[in-house]
Amino acid sequence: MKYEVVIGLETHAELDTESKLFCGCCTKFGSEPNTQTCPVCLGLPGVLPVMNKKAFEHSLKAALTLNCEISKFTNFDRKSYYYPDLPKNYQTSQNYFNIGNNGFVDIVVKGKEKRIDIHNVHLEEEAGKLVHPEASGANYSLVDFNRAGVPLLEIVTQPDMRNVEEVESYMQALRCILLYIGVSDCKMEEGSLRFEASISLREKGSETLGNRVEIKNLNSMKAVLKVITYEISRQSLLLNKGEDVLLETRLWDDVNSVSRRMRSKEESHDYRYFPEPDLVPFWIEQEWIDETRATIPELPVSRRRRFVDELFVSDYDAGILTEDKFLADYFEECVKISQNSPKELSNWIINDVLRELNERKTNVRDFVVSPEMLVELVNIKPTIGSSIAKEVFSEMMNTGKGAQSIVKEKDLAQMDDTSELNAIIIKVIEENPKAAEDYGQGKKNALAFLIGQTMKATKGKANPKILTELFKQRLSASSK
Amino acid sequence: MDISIKQIEQVARLSRILLTDDEKDIFREQLTGILGYIEKLNELDTDNVQPMAYATSLQNVFREDKQESSFARQEILELSPSSAKGFFKVPKILE
Amino acid sequence: MILHELSANNIKEKLIKREISAQEVVEDLFEKIYLNEPSVKAYLCLDKEGALLKAREIDEKLSSGAKVGLLAGIPVAIKDNICTSGIKTTCASRMLENFVPPYDAFVVKRIKEEDAIIIGKTNLDEFAMGSSNENSAFHVTRNPWNTDYIPGGSGGGSAAAVTADMAFMALGSDTGGSIRQPSAFCGNVGCKPTYGRVSRYGLVAFASSLDQIGSITKNVYDAALLLQVVSGYDGYDSTSANIGVPDYISGINSVSGNLRIGVPREFFGDGLNTEVANAVTNALEIYKKNGAELVDLSLPHCGYAVATYYIIATAEASSNLARYDGVRYGHRSQLSEDNIIDMYCRVRAEGFGSEVKRRILLGNYVLSAGFYDAYYLKASKVRSLIKGDFEDAFNKVDCIISPTCPSPAFKIGEKITDPLEMYLSDIYTIPANLVGIPGISIPCGFTTTGLPIGMQIMGKHFEEEKILKVAKLFENETDFHLKKPELI
Ligand SMILES: [Mg+2]
Ligand SMILES: [Zn+2]
Repeated sequence: MKYEVVIGLETHAELDTESKLFCGCCTKFGSEPNTQTCPVCLGLPGVLPVMNKKAFEHSLKAALTLNCEISKFTNFDRKSYYYPDLPKNYQTSQNYFNIGNNGFVDIVVKGKEKRIDIHNVHLEEEAGKLVHPEASGANYSLVDFNRAGVPLLEIVTQPDMRNVEEVESYMQALRCILLYIGVSDCKMEEGSLRFEASISLREKGSETLGNRVEIKNLNSMKAVLKVITYEISRQSLLLNKGEDVLLETRLWDDVNSVSRRMRSKEESHDYRYFPEPDLVPFWIEQEWIDETRATIPELPVSRRRRFVDELFVSDYDAGILTEDKFLADYFEECVKISQNSPKELSNWIINDVLRELNERKTNVRDFVVSPEMLVELVNIKPTIGSSIAKEVFSEMMNTGKGAQSIVKEKDLAQMDDTSELNAIIIKVIEENPKAAEDYGQGKKNALAFLIGQTMKATKGKANPKILTELFKQRLSASSK
Repeated sequence: MDISIKQIEQVARLSRILLTDDEKDIFREQLTGILGYIEKLNELDTDNVQPMAYATSLQNVFREDKQESSFARQEILELSPSSAKGFFKVPKILE
Repeated sequence: MILHELSANNIKEKLIKREISAQEVVEDLFEKIYLNEPSVKAYLCLDKEGALLKAREIDEKLSSGAKVGLLAGIPVAIKDNICTSGIKTTCASRMLENFVPPYDAFVVKRIKEEDAIIIGKTNLDEFAMGSSNENSAFHVTRNPWNTDYIPGGSGGGSAAAVTADMAFMALGSDTGGSIRQPSAFCGNVGCKPTYGRVSRYGLVAFASSLDQIGSITKNVYDAALLLQVVSGYDGYDSTSANIGVPDYISGINSVSGNLRIGVPREFFGDGLNTEVANAVTNALEIYKKNGAELVDLSLPHCGYAVATYYIIATAEASSNLARYDGVRYGHRSQLSEDNIIDMYCRVRAEGFGSEVKRRILLGNYVLSAGFYDAYYLKASKVRSLIKGDFEDAFNKVDCIISPTCPSPAFKIGEKITDPLEMYLSDIYTIPANLVGIPGISIPCGFTTTGLPIGMQIMGKHFEEEKILKVAKLFENETDFHLKKPELI
């Protein structure tokens, strides 16, 4: 292709708070329509906003993590536009003095590092939700204001991305960071994380930007990638024909996999920003920045590196472990309290813990098996064998009980008492004289059969190692 | 500076107010007069003046992130001119 | 005994001494309302039932010896842009003709807690935009001193109600003079406190950085009483000042003439009515006689206050009034609705009167793309200069005295066709709103035709106590505040 693709991304992340940005209404997702509203978030006459401290702190933390310069002075502006999901017909947002500016996110694409510059990070309020009745002929739409006023962080990149892979990597890195620092649950299916892309094409080597198309409200990373691929081909087709790409806003139609025109630049909004007089300005002193910085955890990239370098976990495994902060925390806690090798613990977590979590559709945050419990299981594994260990693990998930007590309760401990085992061996040989004879004649399979019979008799509890030794001793002695 | 009818129409669109032709004429004339009066601010050199955006010297006013009870939906929907199934109802929005 | 002619505090004292009952007070007041209201038309809504209910509750409290609040048994009128739970709050607009708020404004909650009796909601210019009350969507309130004249605005209903003895005190709001100007025109004591002194929560916003709730009363003591109750911190208003409220009531009992009073030249120049000028000059002489020193001052940028105000106030108003769209509450067009934009445009064309439309258009114009720096930013800078003028002045003086308005009340219809002329009638009150300082208007004389003249006392931020004292000093020496219009 003779064109260079220029992509910028705006991300909206709902912040994880108990109450809304300007009122005490609950932010829980999925409630009955309009049950989480009050005069403030409905924009009734006479109401006033008061800033949620947690939401502000989350924004500051995110801005710092995204390597932004923090404005010592920051304030809020009203952004005016009419839409039925916007109660006051203006959104309280930031325009002139964003909380963070000029940051960056480092991403890795095909083994190569690239820095994506962040233009700004700002805090604003979420809008409500429009519902469009499916019924044919329904000439109305419905509005639910439960989401209206939920705190929203907007992260705007520079047009630094050049292809789909970079966009994907950036989105994942950003999501990972927001989850790591605990400011958003990033649940795409609940709309907690949404993207808007701006895409333009230009001749390779050209410095001037082509006409930019903005695409609104992309609710999944997949949709973002699809729309970019679509726009690249749509725009290059136009350019190849010598036509102009219109400066416009388009909507992504996920069902038909096409983008549709929403409005052109001429019809675009005149937002009439001015400082929100109902809020006071905010000053962020260095001390506050330092305190916030101290709460930022080690980020996935460096944690992954550390797991490989210091704990000797494979890079692949370290990648899996660090994708979710809580999983990485879980792993590190296990390492801390256990004498076992990190490698063995990581195997348990990646193979067994993750499998069980997936099957039970839960996550490590709500996991009943604590690191202490897992370590206890790994510690007693040599005494119960790996197949019973897996059984015990499953029982731990079901009952929340500890490994020791399950083993005791179910009498699952291995039999390794030689005299006890010898008594059973004698019995098995007696009952299977043919097999004993065959072994004596050099048929090695016979031993496996005899061991199998013994296992059956002991319900799998016999220590296989000791058992083999004892059989060998007895059978070779008797054949002499 | 005279305001044109076109400018009045544009600002009426921004304001979401339907104006009659008579209103357009009257508002054009009145706004021209008022803006003409406002021009007198240009007599002042304000290059080195900090704007006063706030009437208060307060800063960093927060509320704690604490949940408070919401209003009963019935009470809220009763205020609305049109509602259905627990929602506010508006003309169909085409996106 | 004619109860309705008494001051609020007199009523309260008699109630507490059990000389009268709250029920009697309410009955007497409503009789007066039935007599005067047809010619004055101060109210948009009366709540006699609610008032009597509350009166009986207070009477019971008193007879059981229970403790009563600071405003026990005092009938209070409330400007109809202050939200009252369960009582219509219309802002004198078709837009909110049937709007019943589901919550009480902070100030309403406070006066209820202090056992005030709410009588009803008073008329105003639609959404508090106006200086004459002629912009009410429902009717024009008349000046009780001469019903051919306007009572002032936007709080003309509250001022007229107090003047006509149809309320003992009233709550108003002041964005550019809406308490002080009607108080001057009707001969009341009207106080706009410091921005942030009284919570705006529940006051329907006109211009958020200028709006302030205050009192309209028959005398300075009653002003202190009402302000005592409504002042103070509110966590639901980010701009509410979290600083202690002095004891205004005991404050005004100890006044002293030992003062430095600033007299700003710019407030006594061209355009000032001679009778007003004379009344205020005479008033200043009274202060001088009582030991005050008059200090000639200049507030050089005050001549730009009206221009500054009409940018900032309309910009803020254009966005504050954007929420009236017919979706969640308020007026909705009866015409067919197939398109949301058409619905908005019709709802707002039908719901708003012409002054409101004019200001919304102006506000959106000055904020629209390309104009922000030339208008809003410029005005914010000039606002800064005006604030500087006052800071300099207050380094030299305790308070500033000026006429409240350049002229006494004008005739109904006199200025209605010329908005700019109307805007200029707030020329002396607007600076206090831009700067955020407290101002009080007190009666200081009458014109030869019998219309009241008001004098304005402005003080430093949060020095309400001081201006109340200065006002009280004058009131102690004069009897303008005791004069009553002959209505019936
Ligand atoms: Mg945004
Ligand atoms: Zn709410």
